[in-house]
Amino acid sequence: MEFYRSHVLVCGGTGCTSSGSNKIVEAFKEEIKKQGLDKEVKVIKTGCFGLCALGPIVIVYPEGSFYSLVTPEDVPELVSEHLVKGRIVTRLLYHETLDEDEAIKSLYEVDFYKKQHRIALHNCGVINPEDIEEYIAMDGYQALAKALLEMTPEQVIDEIQKSGLRGRGGGGFPTGLKWKFTYNAEGEQKYVACNADEGDPGAFMDRSILEGDPHALVEAMTIAGYAVGANKGFVYVRAEYPIAVKRLQIAIEQAKEYGLLGNHIFDTDFSFDLEIRLGAGAFVCGEETALITSIEGNRGEPRPRPPFPAVKGLFGKPTLLNNVETYANVPQIILKGADWFASIGTEKSKGTKVFALGGKIHNTGLVEVPMGTTLREVVYEIGGGIPNGKKFKAAQTGGPSGGCIPKELIDTPIDFDSLISIGSMMGSGGLIVMDEDNCMVDIAKFFLEFTVDESCGKCSPCRIGTKRMLELLNKITEGRGEDGDIEKLEQLAETIQSASLCGLGQTAPNPVLSTLRYFRDEYEAHVYEKRCPAGACKSLLKVVIDEEACRGCTICAKQCPVNAIQGERKQAHVIDQDKCIKCGVCIEKCPFHAIAKR
Amino acid sequence: MSKCCCEIPKETVEAIREIIARHKEQEGALIPVLHEVQEYYGYLPFEIQKIVAEELEIPLTEVYGVVTFYTQFSLNPVGKYKVGVCMGTACYVKGSDKVLEEVEKVLGIKVGETTEDGFFSLEATRCIGACGLAPVITVNDDVYGKIGANEVADILKKYQ
Amino acid sequence: MKTLEELKAIRDRKISDLQLRKENFEYRIAVGMGTCGIAAGAREIMTTLMEEIERRQLKNISLTQTGCIGVCRLEPLMEIQDSKGEKVTYVNLTPEKTKKIVVDHIINGHIVKEYTIGYAEDINK
Repeated sequence: MEFYRSHVLVCGGTGCTSSGSNKIVEAFKEEIKKQGLDKEVKVIKTGCFGLCALGPIVIVYPEGSFYSLVTPEDVPELVSEHLVKGRIVTRLLYHETLDEDEAIKSLYEVDFYKKQHRIALHNCGVINPEDIEEYIAMDGYQALAKALLEMTPEQVIDEIQKSGLRGRGGGGFPTGLKWKFTYNAEGEQKYVACNADEGDPGAFMDRSILEGDPHALVEAMTIAGYAVGANKGFVYVRAEYPIAVKRLQIAIEQAKEYGLLGNHIFDTDFSFDLEIRLGAGAFVCGEETALITSIEGNRGEPRPRPPFPAVKGLFGKPTLLNNVETYANVPQIILKGADWFASIGTEKSKGTKVFALGGKIHNTGLVEVPMGTTLREVVYEIGGGIPNGKKFKAAQTGGPSGGCIPKELIDTPIDFDSLISIGSMMGSGGLIVMDEDNCMVDIAKFFLEFTVDESCGKCSPCRIGTKRMLELLNKITEGRGEDGDIEKLEQLAETIQSASLCGLGQTAPNPVLSTLRYFRDEYEAHVYEKRCPAGACKSLLKVVIDEEACRGCTICAKQCPVNAIQGERKQAHVIDQDKCIKCGVCIEKCPFHAIAKR
Repeated sequence: MSKCCCEIPKETVEAIREIIARHKEQEGALIPVLHEVQEYYGYLPFEIQKIVAEELEIPLTEVYGVVTFYTQFSLNPVGKYKVGVCMGTACYVKGSDKVLEEVEKVLGIKVGETTEDGFFSLEATRCIGACGLAPVITVNDDVYGKIGANEVADILKKYQ
Repeated sequence: MKTLEELKAIRDRKISDLQLRKENFEYRIAVGMGTCGIAAGAREIMTTLMEEIERRQLKNISLTQTGCIGVCRLEPLMEIQDSKGEKVTYVNLTPEKTKKIVVDHIINGHIVKEYTIGYAEDINK
């Protein structure tokens, strides 16, 4: 082994790559070579560190200095100061790692990381995802060895059942039970599949795991194959995730090279192979039966259950289907034991959950917290609160299938059952924070637009019902709402929930129902007062002249196409709201910027 | 359905056949084949779908059904630069609708269209998972994060 | 790969490399790399240390540089801090002295008194 005294870790997740981390890797390599340090310092591109808002991120070990918002221009200074002279460049340090007296704190003491408990993400941002040996050094593939050499398939399934692990893709179905069903299903040929078609807008944890720790998925799926008796696995990945696909491909090839995939793994009778299948941009394919139909090469339309995939799945064979984050927990459970895993979290929701923090929050990025952590802790302690001095209004979880949690419920512990009881759901873990400027009717409309667009069209409650709901929402946000519209929405929602074929349709009304539950007054303001309290719905804005700023020049009155503006010369003008068509000409023409939409 | 007015050159047909041959043994080969063929040809017009159907020995209707089901597959030629405005929740909450409006204004096209010179096409994309940088736009493989509507013109200028 | 032993062998070979990224080190070595240190030959000490760590497959060692600590006349020098925070400063180093310190102090846990700053200062009195 070659010893390097220092490791420079550069985040290569999608977030940081978008902010130019590849150029930083190049710059480091070049500069380090120039200074003659290339035998002493190693540059490693890792997966996501989680703090995407501050990217590109660079960590220099052994000091553990956490540099944020690094540019290629900063690199020569970092090399000559930190790597040559050992002087940490404080101006580039993540400010939270600096105490008031300029002393440097460990990254793990920073608010963003302190409350986190990383299981699924434990290797993300720590190892080089393109080097299998780094994964092995972090005890990688030990769980596979343990399962294959020391445990029977039944024991593996028992362990997963005992751990209390539940599906992280949204439903929260007990994972061990799924494994058992597939194990018990009759059939020579069985398959293991992974749902990496992360379609929920605002959720990107599966992508981060694939990018930062792809071997965890390879190892977990192989263990699953051994447990349920399958010799072949499929990973269905979104085509929108090119970096993830590439890293997973590399991981599979390396695992084959090391004999950790393929025939007679660890010299046992067990053989297993993995194949990647690319999605093609259809949200419904995140639904398990639709995903299976899509891998089979068809239009990704769901089919009724039962039969469940565990009995009749891919190519008609029993198939085990879990999502990426669920699998990522498996090697840890096998290695550290079910009791360890079950000791984390709440009574019914064990372990941790990864959330993608987004929207109006300081620390956007990925966080992994024990189940039962409250929304307040996530938003304020980890997320750093709401920027620009605005107030927290609601958090949206569960994407287009979930709902909004209002500020009154901010102390709700986050776990599968609590979220369902307040009308939202865990979903895959997108957590979008909204402030007072966001209109809840508009947000509901946003999600409905999404489902209308993504409805596969197979069953009519979803295809037609969601469309009708969207039309009503459009009407309401455009100021044409009528008495009875809100009730119509509720009625439609109920029918769609009970009559749709698959999860997409059954949960499609949730964003509307939950916002109606907690923000009914906003709907009513739109319908009865033709007013958008948050000031977000454009059609409901009024064009108003600021009396103080108006000089009475009469330009606006002359330009108005409908003669809606009245006023004496040199005196403040007024817009007749009944006549005004909100064309905005007056706003453009006013030389004193006294007119605005409000 | 779009009609292709031109004959598909012989080399192209050969290349497509070769792609298909590589997948013939695979179960559920249609979608992987379409991905590769589109990568090669740029889009999937009727003529190309016909070749795929013939080679894979499945009905053309099935190929067409799959092509039109998935948003990644395109029946029409796309621009040299594909501009995508992310419409994921995180981006939407941070005002990506205004960014989209601006892109439409600058390019003079609506979502799903291509500029006359064939340079730009515009899409409203699904969440690309760069939520930490919202709002985000992409131009082919380049990603621009935390952008305001006023920066759109400058970004697009780089490609003209 | 056929056996668990092979897997463990890869892990053990690679693990010291990754140890660097954990923050619990048995020993932290810091070499004075101010202008004075470099002029006195600190780079040679640094490379010697790297070679020794690699050759002896030492684990849980952090090797960093530090700026001038104000005793330029005793350069090149290094500080070794154990996990309890006890710090020993070695001065007037040569590659040979460095190798001895690695064996005696890092591997066997015995401080090499005659190379420490206290010893050097006593003699100078």
